Amino acid sequence: RRRLMEEVEEAGLVVEGSNGAARREDKEEERELEARLEQVGALVGANLAERLSRDRPPLATTLDVLKFVCKDFWTAIWEKQVDGLRTNHRGVYVLTDQAFKPLARIATSEGSAMTARVAKLHLPHSVGLLRGALGRLGVNATVVAESAIAQGAKGASETAST
Amino acid sequence: MSTKQYKTAGDEVWRNRTDKVSSELFTMTYGALVIQLIKDYQDYSEVNKQLDKMGYNIGTRLIEDFLARTNMPRCTDFRDTGEVISKVGFKMFLNTTPTVIHHNRSSMPADASGSNPTAASQNQQPQQEFSLILEENPLSEFVEMPPDAREGGLWWSNVLAGVIRGALEMVQLQTTAYFVSDVLRGDEQTELRVRLVKFMEEEAPPADD
Repeated sequence: RRRLMEEVEEAGLVVEGSNGAARREDKEEERELEARLEQVGALVGANLAERLSRDRPPLATTLDVLKFVCKDFWTAIWEKQVDGLRTNHRGVYVLTDQAFKPLARIATSEGSAMTARVAKLHLPHSVGLLRGALGRLGVNATVVAESAIAQGAKGASETAST
Repeated sequence: MSTKQYKTAGDEVWRNRTDKVSSELFTMTYGALVIQLIKDYQDYSEVNKQLDKMGYNIGTRLIEDFLARTNMPRCTDFRDTGEVISKVGFKMFLNTTPTVIHHNRSSMPADASGSNPTAASQNQQPQQEFSLILEENPLSEFVEMPPDAREGGLWWSNVLAGVIRGALEMVQLQTTAYFVSDVLRGDEQTELRVRLVKFMEEEAPPADD
């Protein structure tokens, strides 16, 4: 039975059942952890953005801020620029990075479902970084991260909407 | 290996076999982490404890990376261990080389200094310890400690103490590691002390069947 559960889990399905309560507790804990990590990231992002933008003329528009984040900010942190910046011109910006460093070496021996879970925990910090930086530069945004690591592709995109 | 050779080895690993990360990002993230811990626990001695625990968990894994990347031979004694930690370990992970000061409490024949595990585990063995004086500390860059934290007894870089303890435990050295002074607290230097408790017995892994 356990073997079966493991297989089901590996296939990416959620197993609900006898250990449902424990699972919910885990979820709760995970959420708290993610919130903390994001807060840590936000603080860092804000301060770093301030330091980086100190000696340059002010950034006038939201697009300027986004460009600054994609180029200077990203380079300062991950040694490369963002690979793509798209927008729907209604306040949603999508930043893509095809070789996102924090996820570059993620691997587990417990199957792709587990890997995806572990990978997910690495995202809130970066989300915070971006949100913090944007916030300090005057763009209050909601930032969401998506990653396709579970499917084997290593890339991440972050959506910022104002 | 001599101290000088360790130095060269450390430099080499740092230059050729280390992936780098922005130091500002590193320092600030550590700072934000400590702040988060302070917010969560509201108690500086508890924060010290948590940092030490985190460090321990990092150390037990870091030692593997260290051994994999350096090809270091076995240390001949605890003195040697101190030199390797400073010249190779700190160099490759933090790009700084703390000064090592060895404290050997009683005079003993030089050739017996810890190279014999059975002698070392006896209680009469003089205490073996060394201090790492951190002239540069990447963790405390941009940091200023408010009086409140100073009075509360926060050891800002306490994670390092845990890292060393954890890493050494994985190579059969039981130690205690703790800060005795920190420039952030207004002290003249930042001193991290590492004391050997005992050499641990090698445990055979449980049989497969």
